[in-house]
Amino acid sequence: MTDTQLALDRVTRVSGVRGALIASAGDGLVVAEQLMDGVDGRAAAALAGSLVGRLVRTAEGAGRRPPAFVQLRAERGSILAAPCPHDLVLIAVVGPDANVGLARLEMLDAASRLN
Amino acid sequence: MRALEPWVEAPLQAFLDESSARLTLLMTSSGQVVAQHGFSRSLDVMTAAALGAGIGASTEELARLMGSPRFGALVHHGSRQSCLLSGFSTPRGKWLGLVVFGPETSVGIVQLFFDQMVEQLAAAAPRDQPVAPALPENFEHELDASLKALFGR
Repeated sequence: MTDTQLALDRVTRVSGVRGALIASAGDGLVVAEQLMDGVDGRAAAALAGSLVGRLVRTAEGAGRRPPAFVQLRAERGSILAAPCPHDLVLIAVVGPDANVGLARLEMLDAASRLN
Repeated sequence: MRALEPWVEAPLQAFLDESSARLTLLMTSSGQVVAQHGFSRSLDVMTAAALGAGIGASTEELARLMGSPRFGALVHHGSRQSCLLSGFSTPRGKWLGLVVFGPETSVGIVQLFFDQMVEQLAAAAPRDQPVAPALPENFEHELDASLKALFGR
């Protein structure tokens, strides 16, 4: 199993996670994905990649370190994103009942291993 | 943004709002311009449309040689700006979209909203009008009229 598959596997095992993907932050394109039916990975990669890229640039513009983890909470779930080395971003689409704390830990650990 | 047919305007405007594209050209596969955004000179539009149609025809032939019906999109990545060329089917015939975008957006965003625009165009296209031939007899006159409409002069 490759590093990317291993990372996605760890994240998708967390309760309530509907899918995970690795995207290129600059391009917003999917690199690898493990998604349930009905989850649009291409849209998640494009929009979350763009969001993370803008947040990183905003933090840098304010003289701060880039964010290590981003949670975008909505009515019916959340988008979680963890920037990784090599301009990649690990993204998870989670439902409202997801264990976000555990998902965050798994994502941060998985992101640090993606070298 | 200017379009020759009013039903193109709303889908194209939505695409422009969401994608942050710098330049956009919608044309038929023969290079007849349907709508444009961002171009300031008609000469640039004519050149871009002719080149885009030529590239579209070349890539379609390459795809055919490789046993694929067509390529989804062709993307040129540049350091300061990039270019997406994508062919798509509409009830009015086969069209091409040429989009130039900068680092303020991403190819993923542009492709995502381009595909949404294609769906909206397919839904909005009037079905009761006959599709015009690729190269009508009065092509030059139509081209001149189209450019006047697109540039308002």
